Amino acid sequence: MNSWRNVWTITKRELAAYFTSPLAYVFIVIFLLLCGFFTFFVGGFFERQEASLVRPFFDWHPWFYLFLVPAVGMRLWAEERRVGTIELLLTMPITAWQAIVGKFLASWLFLALALALTFPVVITVNYLGRPDNGVILTAYVGSWLMAGAYLAISCITSALTRSQVVSFIISLVVCLFLILAGFPPVINVIEQVSPKLVDLVTFFSVMTHFEGFQKGVLDSRDILFFLSVIGFSLFTTSVILRTHRAG
Amino acid sequence: MIKVQNLAKVFGTKRAVDGVSFSVNRGEVLGFLGPNGAGKSTTMRMITGFLPPSGGSVSVGGFDIVEHPIEAKRLMGYLPENAPAYTDMTVYGFLNFTAEIRGLRGDARKQAVSRVVEMCFLGAVLHQSVETLSKGFRHRTCFAQSIIHDPDVLVLDEPTDGLDPNQKHEVRQLIRRMGEKKAIIFSTHILEEVDAVCSRAIIIDRGRIVANGTPQELRQRSEWAGAVTLRVKGVVASAVTAKLYQVPLVKKVTVVDDKDGHVTVRAFPKSSGNGALAQAIGEAAHEWQIEQLHSEEGRLDDVFRSITMPDTAKEAA
Ligand SMILES: Nc1ncnc2c1ncn2[C@@H]1O[C@H](COP(=O)(O)OP(=O)(O)OP(=O)(O)O)[C@@H](O)[C@H]1O
Ligand SMILES: [Mg+2]
Repeated sequence: MNSWRNVWTITKRELAAYFTSPLAYVFIVIFLLLCGFFTFFVGGFFERQEASLVRPFFDWHPWFYLFLVPAVGMRLWAEERRVGTIELLLTMPITAWQAIVGKFLASWLFLALALALTFPVVITVNYLGRPDNGVILTAYVGSWLMAGAYLAISCITSALTRSQVVSFIISLVVCLFLILAGFPPVINVIEQVSPKLVDLVTFFSVMTHFEGFQKGVLDSRDILFFLSVIGFSLFTTSVILRTHRAG
Repeated sequence: MIKVQNLAKVFGTKRAVDGVSFSVNRGEVLGFLGPNGAGKSTTMRMITGFLPPSGGSVSVGGFDIVEHPIEAKRLMGYLPENAPAYTDMTVYGFLNFTAEIRGLRGDARKQAVSRVVEMCFLGAVLHQSVETLSKGFRHRTCFAQSIIHDPDVLVLDEPTDGLDPNQKHEVRQLIRRMGEKKAIIFSTHILEEVDAVCSRAIIIDRGRIVANGTPQELRQRSEWAGAVTLRVKGVVASAVTAKLYQVPLVKKVTVVDDKDGHVTVRAFPKSSGNGALAQAIGEAAHEWQIEQLHSEEGRLDDVFRSITMPDTAKEAA
């Protein structure tokens, strides 16, 4: 009970921190512009002659997140280390876990907000036709989980350095691998080298696991995949924070 | 309240803290002195649970900082070196946050915040962003954070750094007053503070404790302690020194100044302490015209220098 209180105190602080800097607003505006532009112009929404959101809208999410999520997560620990407030935070009567989870939740909620603000797209589709709103909902859930996985990876890279820029670049590269492992052109190459490897490699791709959600299928294995990436990454973050202090 | 035993910290191959032991009871203010890089901050970081020790143990109010960190941290307030604070918050928001994370809710929190705002004179900047605060005000904000839950144990790393003289004075008063009921450790480079505030002082050098005692005791270790300075008129310096060497208690006499017939000499006693030397010298000099005669108490900066830089201190003497 008490520990969730501590987590929530941290979460509130971090959320407030997002909105006192212009970064939050810039982020949301860019995200919404990208979503609108890619869905309606690049994604060929109008040419499809069908009121479906899934392909033209959600197909782009793994790529948007590639740039946007590391930008959201980069300050979490890097800034704390640069300014020295980590020394305050970790000498408060809370566990490192509560701090890690609190910070992660704040950023994840922030991403949820950005995602929720894409609702005009859903309204437009519903206005133009009769999409399957159930599928749209599962795709949203999947998208949010995927964002969480990216974010947890950004937590690791942010804990590694006191420079936000370095954190951003490293997590972008790692997340790129998670996408490419399931990106059709890459899979084709792997298939030619060694067909047995394909299953193994694609298992680690966010693309593979996001696919199900886009079809409206809530597969527990996919959910578990994203949750384990989050859990594992946050655990790694705690290890890094500890070893850093151990000198 | 604080018990430190054989504490050690190794960074790579460097032993930043090397077997430090001491304890601080309620009602004591312990001054932590030492040259730059001596290991003061590192010791404090281990006491507050930020850095895990490489060896030894710390217990705060009976709780081991490694085994029971939450309980120990609850008892402690900590002002880290350089007074970090969240730059994206206002002073009020920051204090509110630290109060909340210390478990203060509702009215208790409001009272705690307004109490420290008053104690640290933060009223004028309450709604200003921490980022735009001047250094001194940021320091005070972080100091306010450390006492917001009225802790039993306070660990303050250079609490008066960057404050103006008035604020330095206020903070010293505050530390001394709080020290009556709490156990306080604070580090400083300002030796007068030791006299003004501490009930005990530790000098640490290259990771080891090299002196531990009350300010009075430390001062006794100065070679100046008990030395007598004498200024007379109308005599030549050589006559003065010759005469003083005949006084049985005198070990050494140095001429400090010899100008226009005014001679100033300093006599060092064989065994330091007591005012007997001044008495004896006063008698030996009674036939001259004495302009000044006083006994040195011993100076902390001298002790500090001779302990932490034995070689250069001798050269200067
Ligand atoms: N994270 C670290 N990694 C490696 N070495 C460190 C680290 N932190 C401190 N040190 C080293 O440990 C030694 C003690 O540093 P510390 O900060 O405790 O000194 P200090 O007594 O507080 O000095 P000052 O009076 O300058 O504040 C220094 O030599 C410092 O370089
Ligand atoms: Mg220091």
